[in-house]
Amino acid sequence: MADEFDPAAFMAAAGGFGHAALIGARYAAHGTDWAELAMDADPRLADGDGNPAFGPIATLLDMAAGTAVWVRAGRFRPHATLDLRVDRLRPARPGRTIVARGTCRDIADPLAFVGGLAHDGDPDDPIALVAGTFMMTERW
Amino acid sequence: MSALSPYAAAIGLTVEPGAAGPTLRLPFSEPLLGRPGFLHGGMIAGLLESAAIAQLRHALGETEARIELVTITVDYLRAGHPVETRAAARAIRIGGRIANLTAQAWQDDPDTPIATARINLRIHRDAGKG
Repeated sequence: MADEFDPAAFMAAAGGFGHAALIGARYAAHGTDWAELAMDADPRLADGDGNPAFGPIATLLDMAAGTAVWVRAGRFRPHATLDLRVDRLRPARPGRTIVARGTCRDIADPLAFVGGLAHDGDPDDPIALVAGTFMMTERW
Repeated sequence: MSALSPYAAAIGLTVEPGAAGPTLRLPFSEPLLGRPGFLHGGMIAGLLESAAIAQLRHALGETEARIELVTITVDYLRAGHPVETRAAARAIRIGGRIANLTAQAWQDDPDTPIATARINLRIHRDAGKG
């Protein structure tokens, strides 16, 4: 397994840009085929019921899953999300840091298959589950 | 409740009423980007979810019900460019507790959407009754 891709360094840069910056996405942890990103509670990101809005959670899940692809591959290659399914099990509790874990299950050029979850403190009590595919926009 | 959420306000989302239901309008701004020049896919998922909730609220024609996302499946069809994006949804079935909708987001042409989604929402009709 190549290990040239550094998700902490990547998020240090990507976390300061665009929607990732708006929601405060940051690196949390990673393994050989998974990556965890986190965002702290922010009342500006609440939905109409006062709970953490879905858009930022979907963004964190998408980014964690995408980062997991590069972690498994050991290198960065541009890709686009082809599809993404999110099951919202329950609202995240206000005030909690939200963690999204993406796992890359397989890479079959030009596709990568991912799964994962989001939680607000206990990985065994997730707030959301995710499954999706990414498509490389450049050749491996 | 018709007031936009804090997150919707933070991204600059506005609602345009229509006879068949609302259309969401999202002017381009830098905080919507995923990578330089392209809208963030997670943000687009949130936009589609908001369109579905707005459409269901329109269809229910009541303010008491609380609506929650259960599951969303998004297909990303084209790159989201740094221009205004619109989104709207259509109800396939509205039951007592669950509504099934489809939503799409587009930029220049509604017939060439940048993303579509299947969205299932939970309806809490007793919300607000204590």
